[in-house]
Amino acid sequence: MIRLLGVVLVVAGFLLGVDTIAVVLGAGLATGLLAGLGLEETLATLGRAFVEARYISLFLLSLPAIGLLERYGLRERAAEWMARLAGVTAGRVLGIYTLARGAAAALSLRLGGHVQFIRPLVYPMALGAARRRHGTLEPAEEERLKGLSAAVENYGNFFGQNLFVASAGVLLVVATLAERKIAATPLAVSRAALPVALMAGGLALAQCLLFDWRLRRGRKPR
Amino acid sequence: MTAPLLQALLEGFYALCGLLALDAAVRAWRTGLGGRGTGLFWGLFGLLFLCGGLLPPALVGALLLVLGGLSALGRVRPVGAIAPSPARKPPGRLLLIPALALGASAFLLALLAPGEPRGGLVGLGAGALFAALLALLVTRARPAELLQENARMLGLMGPAGILPQLLAALGALFAAAGVGGVIAQALSGLLAPGARLAGAAAYCLGMALFTAVMGNAFAAFAVITAGIGIPFVLDQGADPALAGLLGLTAGYCGTLLTPMAANFNVVPAALLETASRQRVILAQLPVALALLAAHIALMYFYAF
Repeated sequence: MIRLLGVVLVVAGFLLGVDTIAVVLGAGLATGLLAGLGLEETLATLGRAFVEARYISLFLLSLPAIGLLERYGLRERAAEWMARLAGVTAGRVLGIYTLARGAAAALSLRLGGHVQFIRPLVYPMALGAARRRHGTLEPAEEERLKGLSAAVENYGNFFGQNLFVASAGVLLVVATLAERKIAATPLAVSRAALPVALMAGGLALAQCLLFDWRLRRGRKPR
Repeated sequence: MTAPLLQALLEGFYALCGLLALDAAVRAWRTGLGGRGTGLFWGLFGLLFLCGGLLPPALVGALLLVLGGLSALGRVRPVGAIAPSPARKPPGRLLLIPALALGASAFLLALLAPGEPRGGLVGLGAGALFAALLALLVTRARPAELLQENARMLGLMGPAGILPQLLAALGALFAAAGVGGVIAQALSGLLAPGARLAGAAAYCLGMALFTAVMGNAFAAFAVITAGIGIPFVLDQGADPALAGLLGLTAGYCGTLLTPMAANFNVVPAALLETASRQRVILAQLPVALALLAAHIALMYFYAF
């Protein structure tokens, strides 16, 4: 049970708002040392895994292009486009993105991403649509819109991807069960993803429309 | 494309990432913006990207502790000098082309190497370069502006930018220390075999919980399925395809709830400059909890 100390440290650190990187490294050291790996082997395990995981940070390569486009006005333009369309609301922009993102993931299309779409396009579009209807938003409203804009990318990505027969998740389920001599075909596993995908889509849309409703409440439409 | 070519391209992109971080470090050091700590932070990070594979792993681990110390002491601050807004801005429709090309070319290039996970990564890197080129053409900016914007965006992300990679390393350490087995054992100790609803609930909650700890449902799946899923759900007669997939996506509900999944929850908060670091998780909380309850119900009524 003492091995769980690292986990406890992470949870406590996150809850207390201690610097995240320091918490993660501290928890790593504690876990490695308590498991009897020794200091050098603990550091080596951390270092090796960090270098192997470089692929996770490849998104940094898109920052120069996104930054340059922003400097030349991409985010303002995205907001202006939405301001010209009648019938557009923040919730509808985000709802449509959720469905499109989920459909793309179900077809195994890698179209999406917080760096590529949410910051430069989707959030500014949603904000533009909200401002068109309601004028300037309260800081708390903008903050909630930011949270929701980031969330819809995750909803679409997570709960759409396993509808694809050869997705990494489906293949993992098949392989893990096969190791225990339990047979399941990829097709059957990916079909099993449908009810959850529909529920996730419904919940996401409900959350988006609820955001619109809360914005409308107590204001007069312009 | 062949596997060695993909690997070589990937190494090239890693080196490029390292050079971009080093450039941001030099800018921070030279301008004094953000202080020397900021320069040191991105410099070390760039170094680990550029030649991390050549350094002894224990040294890499020790350098990571230095990065952690700089971050803990609050020495890493935004670097980017906000350059004056350009006088002449191109039509908005043109700006959309590089932005969409970033996603589309990543997808098209990934098609050149089907069934090869590195293909997607190479597509991502090449798409980023292609988009940078298009962005230069459309804005007619000087190439140096690209680097300046890179430093600004890196500074904006701050230490959160390296968190996903660091958490992957922590996950490896948790796995090496056998943390998953302890969680599975503790949960299965509470269960009596044959209670289907309790089994379904323990499998789904165990996946969500351990995923929240590891930050990654894939890492949790094998451990929790072996420890809880198979004895308490599958051996009780549940359909394996249905129960297996529901177990995995119950883990995804845990991903929505944890700062350990930094690339999905923490980096986006930094990118959107939210006031609260946990804003994305707060937004996802009601949906994740409702979905998790739905997973337990689906597994109980639908898989058995």
